[in-house]
Amino acid sequence: MNLEQKEYTKLVEKHSGKSNVFVNCLRAFLVGGIICVIAQIYNDILPFSEEVNKVHTTVFMVFLGALLTALNVYDNIGKFAGAGSIVPITGFANSIVSPAMEFRSEGRIMGVGAQMFVVAGPVLVYGISSTVLVGLIYFLLTR
Amino acid sequence: MDTFLKYLAVFVTGGLLCVVAQILIDKTKLTSARILVLYVVTGVFLTAIGVYGKLVKIGRTGATIPLTGFGYALCKGVFKAIDEKGFVGILTGGLEAVASGIAMAIFFGLVASFVSKPKSKNS
Repeated sequence: MNLEQKEYTKLVEKHSGKSNVFVNCLRAFLVGGIICVIAQIYNDILPFSEEVNKVHTTVFMVFLGALLTALNVYDNIGKFAGAGSIVPITGFANSIVSPAMEFRSEGRIMGVGAQMFVVAGPVLVYGISSTVLVGLIYFLLTR
Repeated sequence: MDTFLKYLAVFVTGGLLCVVAQILIDKTKLTSARILVLYVVTGVFLTAIGVYGKLVKIGRTGATIPLTGFGYALCKGVFKAIDEKGFVGILTGGLEAVASGIAMAIFFGLVASFVSKPKSKNS
């Protein structure tokens, strides 16, 4: 009896764990997909050239992420969507604006100014460093 | 119908890129900062070997809006700058390509820190 109960609990844990991952993935898929579709619609109604439209779209999505963060809405989306709200560029904007708001009690310079880059900083450090590396290789190969 | 399929490709591409991150978060407990770094660097290298450009053609914003697309923009910017300006392009191209988004986020962050208060996090 005891053994069976243990096995049963194990089984429940295993399955609920699995379905949690599945549900999380489904939510991430839906929200991430919807965010990208919003960007595409905005991109498609812009009248400029393809290149300029792209820049406008990125700026618009950053603006949207920042605005929803300032209105305290983005955190709620994040609770539902998980990675679906982290991975799109709106999440990058959120990672800058959210600590900026949160750390203002620690001052303008070391609070807001420094904490803004708590996530964006590493992204830029490794993003830019890898492009310099890749650029160097590209430069040597194309000369 | 054609338009529908195009938007479906955007939805599925963007959705799947988020699902990969969700699996990484659930299975490996990676923090979101690590996920974002991983995504940008992956985006840079996939662009450099010519894979990500193909994904962008199919998934459009579904591929450019996730953070791998940030890496794509960085890498494409560097290549373009090298073609136009030579060696110095290695250093200028990346940031030039993503400057608008970063400037927007930074300025908005500063403004938000003045005018908006975060909800108290009791939970």
